[in-house]
Amino acid sequence: MNAQPIELKKHEVAHHFETAEQEFDAAKIGMWAFIAQEVLFFSALFVAYAVMRFLHPDMFINASSMLSWKMGLFNTTVLITSSFTMVMAVQRVQVNKIAQSINYLIATLGLAGVFMVVKYFEYTSKFSHGIFTTKFFVAEGAFETLPIFFGLYFVATGLHGLHIVIGMGLIIWLILRARKGEFHSEYFTPVEMVGLYWHLVDIVWIFLFPLLYLL
Amino acid sequence: MSDSSHVGYLEAEKGLKSWLFTLDHKRIGVMYLFTVFFSLLLGGLFALLLRLELLTPTTLIFSAKQYNQLFTLHGAIMVFLFIIPSIPAALGNFILPLQLGAKDVAFPRLNLASYYIYVFGALFSVFSLFTGAVDTGWTFYTPYSVESSTSVIAMTLGAFIMGFSSILTGVNFIATIHKMRAPGMGWFRLPLMVWALYATAIIQVLATPVIGITLLLLILERILGVGIFDPTLGGDPVLFQHFFWFYSHPAVYIMILPAMGIMSELVTTFCKKNIFGYSAIAYSSIAIAIISFLVWGHHLYVSGQSEYASMIFSILTFLVGIPSGIKVFNWIATMYKGSISLETPFLYFLAFIFLFCIGGFTGIVLGALSLDVHMHDTYFVVAHFHYVMMGGTVIAFLGGLHYWWPKMFGKMYSNKWSKISWFLIFVGFNWVFLTQFVLGASGMPRRYYNYLDQFQPLHAFSTVGTWVLGSGFLIMTIYLLHSLKYGKVASANPWGGITLEWHTKGPTPIHHNFVDTPQVNYGPYDYENVEIPS
Repeated sequence: MNAQPIELKKHEVAHHFETAEQEFDAAKIGMWAFIAQEVLFFSALFVAYAVMRFLHPDMFINASSMLSWKMGLFNTTVLITSSFTMVMAVQRVQVNKIAQSINYLIATLGLAGVFMVVKYFEYTSKFSHGIFTTKFFVAEGAFETLPIFFGLYFVATGLHGLHIVIGMGLIIWLILRARKGEFHSEYFTPVEMVGLYWHLVDIVWIFLFPLLYLL
Repeated sequence: MSDSSHVGYLEAEKGLKSWLFTLDHKRIGVMYLFTVFFSLLLGGLFALLLRLELLTPTTLIFSAKQYNQLFTLHGAIMVFLFIIPSIPAALGNFILPLQLGAKDVAFPRLNLASYYIYVFGALFSVFSLFTGAVDTGWTFYTPYSVESSTSVIAMTLGAFIMGFSSILTGVNFIATIHKMRAPGMGWFRLPLMVWALYATAIIQVLATPVIGITLLLLILERILGVGIFDPTLGGDPVLFQHFFWFYSHPAVYIMILPAMGIMSELVTTFCKKNIFGYSAIAYSSIAIAIISFLVWGHHLYVSGQSEYASMIFSILTFLVGIPSGIKVFNWIATMYKGSISLETPFLYFLAFIFLFCIGGFTGIVLGALSLDVHMHDTYFVVAHFHYVMMGGTVIAFLGGLHYWWPKMFGKMYSNKWSKISWFLIFVGFNWVFLTQFVLGASGMPRRYYNYLDQFQPLHAFSTVGTWVLGSGFLIMTIYLLHSLKYGKVASANPWGGITLEWHTKGPTPIHHNFVDTPQVNYGPYDYENVEIPS
């Protein structure tokens, strides 16, 4: 595909590490700690969901039927596929197939874009029915407490969407660096770390989808 | 000793840029130190002003709204700008890699970023001062915090941003402690300060994101409306309290655990003795970190949570007393037959033991359900948490500051003035807050602007104490700044410590800390086998 093969650059271990292995291990443990904080960050929203659902069970059933499960399912498929392409990008760079790795990264980026486009249509269709967060909520519903569900929906999916956008930025950064030949079998720490982040974003959605759209 | 080829980290590079863009953990620690110390003075100023207002039962200087803003600012600045970053980010940043025998923390750039994130968040908080301040109290309870016309968004956004700084510091420290230890330094050869910072980092990483999302929800509630905290929509304002304390109670241990770490360092160095019960102290730090996540409900005894939940939270709260007690007993046992030298840092150690015990025991009192219903939201609570926060953390911070000051700046401060200042702080502190135990027990509610005449003598007495306390801090600020320029040059190991930071050459360490990577063959306080470096 690429006419010119990418010239690989030797990685210099940062001055305060003894070995490349120590550098990689430190990055990995740091990333897992960061992922732990992300889980706790979202966990409060899941707790809020549980408490509100306990207080208003009928309203939640009614409200979740107002979301399009088809769009949600489509987006779930898109994200899971993007996790697969991300794994392939990491695996390819480990065996020095840099051009293939870049293509997988571009595929991941494209799938993330598809996810956001679908999200855009979902949001605008809600807005057109007067469904906003509570302060601007004008839709008529069977339940007076309906705005609470959509308040949670917009906050949870909005924060998740923000994570997708940040992930897209990170993937673009990976593509640019990979093109310069900075990643190869000896050094692929950023690719692996962004991969971990991307799977986290995927998993959060895997929980959000059934809770908001199906139950 | 006075090797002419030795270039300390302060002299390694010159100019403002060499500070603003530095990746050296020591310089970042020093920048944190100056910022948090400034915050301490700012928060202290607000404390002096609000105590001044309380001199009389009616209006003296400030309006009721200004008074509400004063105690909110005092609390928010002291908690978010000062105490939380004080020991881990300022002293910890400086000392952690040195104690591990490492060249730097695992992620130096992230370290600098977390400093600037902290400054950015702090600016938001200070900005709120000029846009109407905040009158909700530092706890930002809903629904009032949603309705208040004051600058709640700027302050909470500031706390939200500073939370990220705290999380990133925690991530950095966890990776550093796991991966950057010198050869031979197994987990049970770590200085106990490192164990304490590790336990702290775990809480920072696991608890702080919850306050992040909570404050974000509060901000969104004010701007867009979310509804989950709004009772008129079917939301639950008590949920906010649960979320808030799920972070803010563990945050208390973010404050006290590193303080306990400093205590272990001080007691061994100034008694020249191996620590009593090393592993008990190490494990008790982890135990406190774990239990800290399970006690938040003791802030909600009177908020309408179920009685059974309150009973369980009460029992769990008592459990914190066990690992805390283990530590205190071990420190005292370490002093037994030690070669004690009463230098200023050790005076702070003694003050800590005394004050922390009072703070801890009154915590048990408040953890008891029936007593708490009586004491809730009185000055008894105010006095209790000041004994832990200030008598514990701030005193330990000052002890650590005086202990590591020579290594940080290569200069000695005035021995005489530091002891005078210690005395004023110790006496002034008890003067202010012992009084408040009595006030609270006799029924004086906290946060009140006006009060019954019968409370005036004790209120006035407490206020006078703040002037003694304040003068202690004023003297300290002066002699510390004075020592930077005129202080005697410190030796490499003025206190005779044997943890690795005292093995660095010269008054201040070189840019990469150690000339040769140290090899660790003994425990951190093994005075019988390790030669005291000179």
